[in-house]
Amino acid sequence: MLGVIIGISSVIAMVSLGQSSTLNINEQISTMGTNLIMVMRKHQNRGGVNLGNSSSQSLTVKDAEAIKARCKNVSYVSPMVSGSGQLVRGANNWPGSIQGGSTDILTIRKYEIARGTMFTEDDIKEFKKVCLIGSTVAKNLFSDSENPVGQEIRFGSIPFKIIGVLSSKGENQMGQDQDDIVFAPYSTVMKRILATQYIHMIYASAVSEAVSEDAVEEITTVLRQNHKISNPDDDDFDVRTQAEMLKMMSSVTGFLTILLAAIASISLIVGGIGIMNIMYVTVTERTKEIGLRTAIGARGRDIMYQFLLESSMLSLVGGIIGIIFGLVISYVASELLNWPFVVSGSAVVISFVVCAATGIFFGWYPAKKAANLDPITALRYE
Amino acid sequence: MSAVIVKIDNLKREFIVGSETVRALKGVSFEINKGEFVSIMGTSGSGKSTMLNILGCLDKPTAGKYYIDGIEVSSLSKDELAHVRNRKIGFVFQSYNLLPRTSAVEQVELPLLYNKDVSSKERRERAVYALEQVGLQDRMSHTPNQMSGGQQQRVAIARAIVNDPVMLLADEATGNLDTRTSYEIMSLFQKLHSAGKSIIFVTHEPDIAVFTSRTIMLRDGRVIKDQAVETKSAAQALVALPPSSDYN
Repeated sequence: MLGVIIGISSVIAMVSLGQSSTLNINEQISTMGTNLIMVMRKHQNRGGVNLGNSSSQSLTVKDAEAIKARCKNVSYVSPMVSGSGQLVRGANNWPGSIQGGSTDILTIRKYEIARGTMFTEDDIKEFKKVCLIGSTVAKNLFSDSENPVGQEIRFGSIPFKIIGVLSSKGENQMGQDQDDIVFAPYSTVMKRILATQYIHMIYASAVSEAVSEDAVEEITTVLRQNHKISNPDDDDFDVRTQAEMLKMMSSVTGFLTILLAAIASISLIVGGIGIMNIMYVTVTERTKEIGLRTAIGARGRDIMYQFLLESSMLSLVGGIIGIIFGLVISYVASELLNWPFVVSGSAVVISFVVCAATGIFFGWYPAKKAANLDPITALRYE
Repeated sequence: MSAVIVKIDNLKREFIVGSETVRALKGVSFEINKGEFVSIMGTSGSGKSTMLNILGCLDKPTAGKYYIDGIEVSSLSKDELAHVRNRKIGFVFQSYNLLPRTSAVEQVELPLLYNKDVSSKERRERAVYALEQVGLQDRMSHTPNQMSGGQQQRVAIARAIVNDPVMLLADEATGNLDTRTSYEIMSLFQKLHSAGKSIIFVTHEPDIAVFTSRTIMLRDGRVIKDQAVETKSAAQALVALPPSSDYN
């Protein structure tokens, strides 16, 4: 029974810990924005003149809404418009750009609010002049003792009320300061600053890294329908992903999956061998008892029923205790390591089935051998 | 008028060891009647173990007939042999062969477990009665490691009689015991004998054989002597033993 308990609980604990570490690593990688999808405008030719990307007027808020409504592999969507200018507050001023997005923009761009709140759908509808500022902007416009939330700053000549300050993200891989940023409702930026009907780009995030490619397909389809494009060469937009990061992500995940499978199968084999040994020795030691039972009138099948029943009970009870034990171990370990606690259903089922089957077989097989022995030999067995 | 319970007719048993054939029994014939207390004697190599295994239906003869309670054994299948052992024979072994960590009453119940006609209630009652007969009514729930050798052998005897077998088959049942305890066990066998049990006692010790009523002597696979002997009372022999000198 001890063998079954140790076998099953070690398999479950190893697999659960392996999975939670995988999950942990995946989570950390995805904070780098691997599921980010960007939809850019494509350059347009007008009268033979290539006008470049920036003047293209192909993306609208409707496109963003259509993506949000129709792409099931996309979890968050935000239109993006930006304008640059001088931020002024009292005697301080700072050059910056103001980014207009939807309520999803912080989630997509992986920003968090340090203090204050995010703007709402109502703020977007009502073109509210509210904004959230990054920590670099806050540092340059306010002194350390001041709370920027609730204060008013001007962007050019337009006053904005600060409703939140973002947590610091530091520099990105290109060395750009990600905290030098101001977010405002896209509607406000479009109407009050840029006076345009078009948006510059669309940010979206795929449900997970794995479905990134599918999400890109969906977005492309939706946009082609919206823009009534039948020939892919005529696309007036470009869908881009963090392909490099995705590649790294999938190689890391693949490696972890192989590692996990290796750990699981090794612990399964070790557990199985442990059970095999213990059961084999225990039953072989009872050869003399089997001889006695045969001598006093037990038939071969009586002996086999008895040992099959005994080893099944042992494996069942040991298995249940082992499952509980394994789950407790992995829970405690993941709490201590501050990893997410994952229960792998398949690990529980597979380890239980394999260990129980091993236990039953190696409880039954030596008993069968002993029952087939001559009772005289079995009785003399030492 | 007593019925024949064991009839052996020109019984032969050969073993093949390597390229040689060892003939352990070379044509043995005898009959045992109900209610007899027979000792089968012989030195080692005389074939008495082989005889015992065949009598106990643990082994089959190479040639010859063996009838137990009218049933011819050599034609039976393995399962039928198990049935015969369960109903007709009570075994008492030299090394007791009790199950470890099992109480006396459960040990005694064991043969009845393989008899589907006995309910669990009746099983317990018969086991308790058998233990009372061997004088272990106070040791019902003791496990083997809590009992002396003599007590363990009594449990084994209780286990042998619980199924009310046609005969008790004892294999050197006193071989592991000191003289005093041997006499106690023999006195118990005599008590069971006088209560009507048929007993076959295999031994190589002549001073144990004197407590039986008939001796069959084997040598080199043949019966060399088969005669009734004057039975000595084990209870009297016990009294005649010098007092225990262990603690004076």
